[in-house]
This record gives sequence, structure tokens and C-alpha cells, in this order.
Amino acid sequence: MNARKDGEPKPTKNRTTVEAKSEREVVVTRTFDAPARIVFQAWTTPALFKRWWVPKSMPLALLSYEADIRVGGGYRLVFDVDGTKTMAFFGKYLEVTPHSRIVWTNDESGEDGAVTTVTLEEKGDKTLQVLHELYRSKGARDAALASGAYDGMGETFEQLDEVLVTPGGTS
Amino acid sequence: MVQHLGGHLDASFAALSDATRRGVLEQLGRADASITELAETFHMTLTGMKKHVGVLERAGLVATEKVGRVRTCKLGPSRLSGETAWIEGYRQLWSSRFDELDTIIEELKRKENVDERKKRR
Repeated sequence: MNARKDGEPKPTKNRTTVEAKSEREVVVTRTFDAPARIVFQAWTTPALFKRWWVPKSMPLALLSYEADIRVGGGYRLVFDVDGTKTMAFFGKYLEVTPHSRIVWTNDESGEDGAVTTVTLEEKGDKTLQVLHELYRSKGARDAALASGAYDGMGETFEQLDEVLVTPGGTS
Repeated sequence: MVQHLGGHLDASFAALSDATRRGVLEQLGRADASITELAETFHMTLTGMKKHVGVLERAGLVATEKVGRVRTCKLGPSRLSGETAWIEGYRQLWSSRFDELDTIIEELKRKENVDERKKRR
């Protein structure tokens, strides 16, 4: 499926693919045109991480981010939800191997928390990044897929939605 | 975002932005259902459900057929099952995240090149 056919002058981007590898796993892959150490730096430098983890299209504002990126260290991301509530995501690092691997827990949902593994593999002057999420159960994975992704994108989708639902709004 | 409209995928994403509509797809993944049945399952008015089904139908996610007085809904030609639909939404999130990461990486690369040149001088 090629979504960019309508003459958008955007540079060709590397594609992000998602695969539900098993009932408890989701794998997200993406290639970057840079050596692994640069990709690793963008992941492990909090000031940089803060800039990309919350894409502009996400309606959530990141209030704070603290991370002690080493084995046993913790992280905590706090988001503002429509100016009235805050939402925190936190966990700890199980493995931090420079330029190749970061593993952390996602403890905000308690027992159901997933373990996320990011591996970086250099291929020529590019880096293949594989993000693997292992959930405790199929239910936990489905819930994350269904709510997690959409909650972040909700507002953008709603704007699109209005255009589509309004008669004559569909182009 | 509006300028991306018209693409089939955009219509799909928009259609999937709503929890009820995602529920309808899941439901239809199990069995075909009439609009009345769907309205009952999701505790909505018939008019409300018709609107949701209309959005799904325009995105090709649902197909409807009227037999007598009953309009039956089934998964459409786009054949996005509930799971595929969730995965598409999830992919969209990671995709925009990693596009931003790309920008940062480009910056780091440029900076490194500049530093290299400085060192050589």
C-alpha cells in the first residue's frame, strides 16, 4: 500500500513496518541512514529522546522525562492530558549495551507490563532497528495495540474524521 | 493532515479513529450483522450506527447489502480485520515517531561532519 502517491514533495523515507509476531509479541522495524552509534545516541540522550518520542502529530504534551539509562536504572515520562490530568509511563532498564541493544520494562500497567527490546544492527552505512515488545498475554497486547496507539493519535484522527463525516467533505 | 485526504489509507485511518467503529469491525470479523443488531450491541441509536457504518463503508472496510428491510453489514473489500486495523494504527504512531528520530539523526550526522572538519583544520 503506497499512501504517498498524490504528488507530495516529501523525501523518500524509510518505511516503518509492524508485525504481530505471535499472540504476545509485536515487532516494529525501521532502517536509519546512519551508523548505529548515532541512532543509539538519539535513544540514550534524554534531551534528544524528548524531541522525537512525542511526534508533533501527537496531541499529548510531554511534561517531564527523566532517565537513568543503565542496567537497573529507571525512567519516567509524564504527559499532560488535556490540561487537567497527567499520565505517567515508567519502568526500568534491564539491559543497556552501547550501540546495539536496550531492554526496558513498562511498569505503568502493573502486572500486564510489556518488556521492550530495541536492537540496532549496522548494515553498511545504515542501521536496522528492531523494536520488539513482549506482552504478558494476548489480552495485554491487544489492549496496547487498540488503545495505546490510538489514544496518542486520537486528536489527529478526529480532525480527519470531521472532514470525512461532513457531507461533501470527502475529497 | 487534510491535504492527505483522498487516499484510501487516510480514509481507513479516519474510520478507525473511533472506538465504536473499531468495535464494529471486530464484531463483523466474527459474524455478519444487521445495523439494528450492531446498534443494540453498541447501545446506540439506529441513526448513530448508520453514520458509523457509513464512514466504514466509504473507507471500504465494511460492505452492506439490503435484503428486504434489513441492511446486513460484513467486512468490506479492504478486509482489515480488527487486528490488522489495530496494527495499522500502531504502525502510524511508530512511523511518525521514527520520522522525527530521523530528523534528529540527520542533525547528529551533520554535527559530526562539522566537528570532523574542524578537527582536520
